[in-house]
Amino acid sequence: MSEYRIKGETGEWEVVIGLEVHAQVVSNAKLFSGAATAFGAEPNTQVSLVDAAMPGMLPVPNKECIRQAVRTGLALDAVINRWSRFDRKNYFYADLPQGYQISQLYHPLVGPGEVEILLDDKDENSVKQIGIERIHVEQDAGKLMHDQHPTMSYVDLNRSGVALMEIVSRPDMRSPAEAGAYLRKLRSILRYVGSCDGNMEEGSMRADVNVSVRKPGDEFGTRTETKNVNSVRFVMAVIEHEARRQIELIEEGGKVAQETRLYDPDKNATRSLRSKEDAHDYRYFPDPDLLPLELTEDFIADCKASLPELPDDKRKRYEGVGVTPYNASVLTAEVETARWFDALLEAGAEPKQGANWVVAELFGALNRRSETLATTGISPQEAAELLKLVADGTLSGTLGKQVFEIMLETGDAPSKIVEERGLKQTSDTGAIDAEIDKILAANADKVAEYKSGKVQLFGFFVGQVMKAMAGKANPGVVNERLRAKLD
Amino acid sequence: MSVNADQVRHVAKLARIAMSDAEVEKMVPEFNNILKWVEQLGEVDTDGVEPLTAVIDNELRLRDDVVNDGDCRDDVLKNAPEAQHGFFAVPKVIE
Repeated sequence: MSEYRIKGETGEWEVVIGLEVHAQVVSNAKLFSGAATAFGAEPNTQVSLVDAAMPGMLPVPNKECIRQAVRTGLALDAVINRWSRFDRKNYFYADLPQGYQISQLYHPLVGPGEVEILLDDKDENSVKQIGIERIHVEQDAGKLMHDQHPTMSYVDLNRSGVALMEIVSRPDMRSPAEAGAYLRKLRSILRYVGSCDGNMEEGSMRADVNVSVRKPGDEFGTRTETKNVNSVRFVMAVIEHEARRQIELIEEGGKVAQETRLYDPDKNATRSLRSKEDAHDYRYFPDPDLLPLELTEDFIADCKASLPELPDDKRKRYEGVGVTPYNASVLTAEVETARWFDALLEAGAEPKQGANWVVAELFGALNRRSETLATTGISPQEAAELLKLVADGTLSGTLGKQVFEIMLETGDAPSKIVEERGLKQTSDTGAIDAEIDKILAANADKVAEYKSGKVQLFGFFVGQVMKAMAGKANPGVVNERLRAKLD
Repeated sequence: MSVNADQVRHVAKLARIAMSDAEVEKMVPEFNNILKWVEQLGEVDTDGVEPLTAVIDNELRLRDDVVNDGDCRDDVLKNAPEAQHGFFAVPKVIE
């Protein structure tokens, strides 16, 4: 893959990108209280007196949130810090009743790790490692609504205190495509691990995008941070837009200010958030309400033992049993797809054929019908049964496609469809011979032409026999018997 | 270390405390006295001493992932200067 460069007035520029991803941890209760985390509840019904920051309330960490962050760190091959600590990040905003966010600045739970991305899905060798600097655990803020009242903002604290993992990458990405691949890969890993549902639309995963530009080989330039971008597409758009803005600014003799910006998807532009400048003096200090978090080796070992097979390992395993690299990467991108394919293999499907069938036939049909694996009535076991019927010659390829269409329509099992509709392919030489004799007798002129050298007519005879037998004859047997009679 | 009037104003602003110029002027020497007092700790030789993280020798207790709190909206909203439709209602803060 060629290097991504932006052409400016003064030459080519390189873009340097780092991402801070906020991932909402999957847990029943909040990070420091026993209130529920479920999405979509009535406003302020999932708020404890801790979350509302009533005086004298004390935070007690939720073990599951810590466990999920540690599992995530292990899945990213990261250092797990046996000793970490919570700090207060101080600022005032209407969605933050405490007046500070409990976070981890000085001693995060998870240290350096990495994410492997493929720059090209079809090329096993296009691997690039994106460094993870750290993962820390922190509280989410509440939600503000500005459109419900002409002069008031409404505050819902249901989300206040829900656990977030902030996953901070190194500035290792060099193009919007790399950032997109990194985000998709990270989301995939989180969903395999089950520590975050990765749902960017509901806000359970959002990214702060750090962008700077430089002439290739120069030192890093000054970066800007665009906050709270909530889709892969928008992250890529922010990078492109922000890089061009910075290049124009520098080439006109200006200087990039290190600042926070906001992305407006409607205008596809970022704008400065200068009014928040003061708020950046966060005056972090260790939270005196919380002792240091110390992990035992047993706890970490349990976290490790609970990890499922991760996308890269799965992809390599599929390739090891004959699946093409492209199919393996498609099948492992989403955990639901991978689980479905695993069930297909478990039900006895041949891996290479099974993968081809899922990626080409099944996904094609689901797309056409606006369905997904979750909504289709076809189970991996039924699909394996269908593949087996085709593989062992019970169904011809054409009949296999017909049965598949009927499965999509009715949700019936292939064996039932074959039986009820009499679709079974026959290798009964008696029946096939009888049809062949009829066809040859009815086409005596063509038989003569064939015998005098017009051999391409062979296909015509095969077609006639198949047609007469409604596609149910085994094409191999038809070929063999025809040859015996004609040659 | 010492602070001037501008730094006192800055800290007051971060803490959302309104102060008159007279109050700021009065606060400058008070701040500096406190800083001087704390600075005396620097005279102690702490080479090889681990930073103290807590004064009680205790481990951080963790909670099980069980929902056993919340669902007390009336209590939560009781002290709010204004609440509407189950929300806290605050002066508009959109930028």
